[in-house]
Amino acid sequence: MDSFAWLNDQLLRMNWLSDLVRLLIEKVFGLDMASRLGGSLHFFIYDVIKIFILLSVLIFVISWVQSYFPPERTRRILGGMRGFRANLTGALLGTVTPFCSCSSIPLFIGFTSSGLPLAVTFSFLISSPLVDLASMILLASIFNWSIALAYVVVGIVLAVLGGSLIGRARMERYVEAFVTQHRALDLPVEQLTLADRLRYARQQVAEIIQRVWLYILIGVGIGAAIHNWIPAELISDLIGQNNWWSVPLATLVGVPMYADIFGTLPIAEALVAKGVGLGTVLAFMMAVTALSLPALIMLKKVVKAPLLALFFTIVVVGITLIGYLFNHFAYLLL
Amino acid sequence: MHIKILGPGCKKCQLLLENTQQALATLGMDASIEKVSDYAAIAALGVMSTPALVINERVVASGRVLDSQEIAHLLLQA
Repeated sequence: MDSFAWLNDQLLRMNWLSDLVRLLIEKVFGLDMASRLGGSLHFFIYDVIKIFILLSVLIFVISWVQSYFPPERTRRILGGMRGFRANLTGALLGTVTPFCSCSSIPLFIGFTSSGLPLAVTFSFLISSPLVDLASMILLASIFNWSIALAYVVVGIVLAVLGGSLIGRARMERYVEAFVTQHRALDLPVEQLTLADRLRYARQQVAEIIQRVWLYILIGVGIGAAIHNWIPAELISDLIGQNNWWSVPLATLVGVPMYADIFGTLPIAEALVAKGVGLGTVLAFMMAVTALSLPALIMLKKVVKAPLLALFFTIVVVGITLIGYLFNHFAYLLL
Repeated sequence: MHIKILGPGCKKCQLLLENTQQALATLGMDASIEKVSDYAAIAALGVMSTPALVINERVVASGRVLDSQEIAHLLLQA
């Protein structure tokens, strides 16, 4: 167990990097780590380097795994299932199928027109942006493994329940007509060689870094500001443990934001360090990743308002409940 | 020869288009290239992840940006 802890500290939490940056701050810049400037500089440099290293390695490995789960394959697997098992499998496959908001529409059309029930499609659509392997490992790196696993479990539960509820509501008539006009062709899954998969993984790293680097810098910047410049009292007055409105407020602030989970993690880290409830922070992160204005606008092209509203309500209520749950039971995880 | 690039017009689709043009130029081939960004049309071809490359009505790749060498290889097979 000790060697696991050591690996965890050095590889995931990168304590060696923290020490190196500390040396840089103290010896080269001549700043005191306890001072505001020294502390926030340390937070900024250490977090930026750590997130970029983790991100590159993780995206590479994960994209390679994902290349085995193209949506065509997911659809075929799900096509042979019914009921709860289909929802659960949909939610689980959502964590390994490559997802980007620009292909959520063809995916939705492809799933629906091949006859998959709405319940299963929505289980997949909820879990896909919310839970993925990269966010799990980053959560483990910033907090710990129990929090990371708890996040994955509640994310999957939300996806399964949310999808099932949408299925129960019998909202098929609120899917735009053109979606089901064509029966989707069943494309053969491409046969990729190892070289193809590795090239794909490398491209994904380059593409995702290009897309998210700014969010990460902004996120870490906000994190560093929260860490050392904003008074703890102000934060706890606004979203502290004692306010009932903290969780819904965090959720509602997160919804319209369009950022990557990698940008929100440093903010989450700083807020938890300031004593904000873990549930409040996780609700914010989930709201940012699961729902965003661009994603909702996209989805509006294929579903009508009542179904979109139901989806939105279920996810917001679900995230809020998860937030309260985590605030209540955080002492078991931290 | 007729080539279609499927995608809503994001950066990856543009890249795939450029690589395709480069592959055609390298091979000295002539083909009409059509950009398809309508979701219904994309879905009707069975494609669920974009960008995708279609040569003579056959989907040869989806969900990834092929480099010009790969595309050249596919063009020669078509």
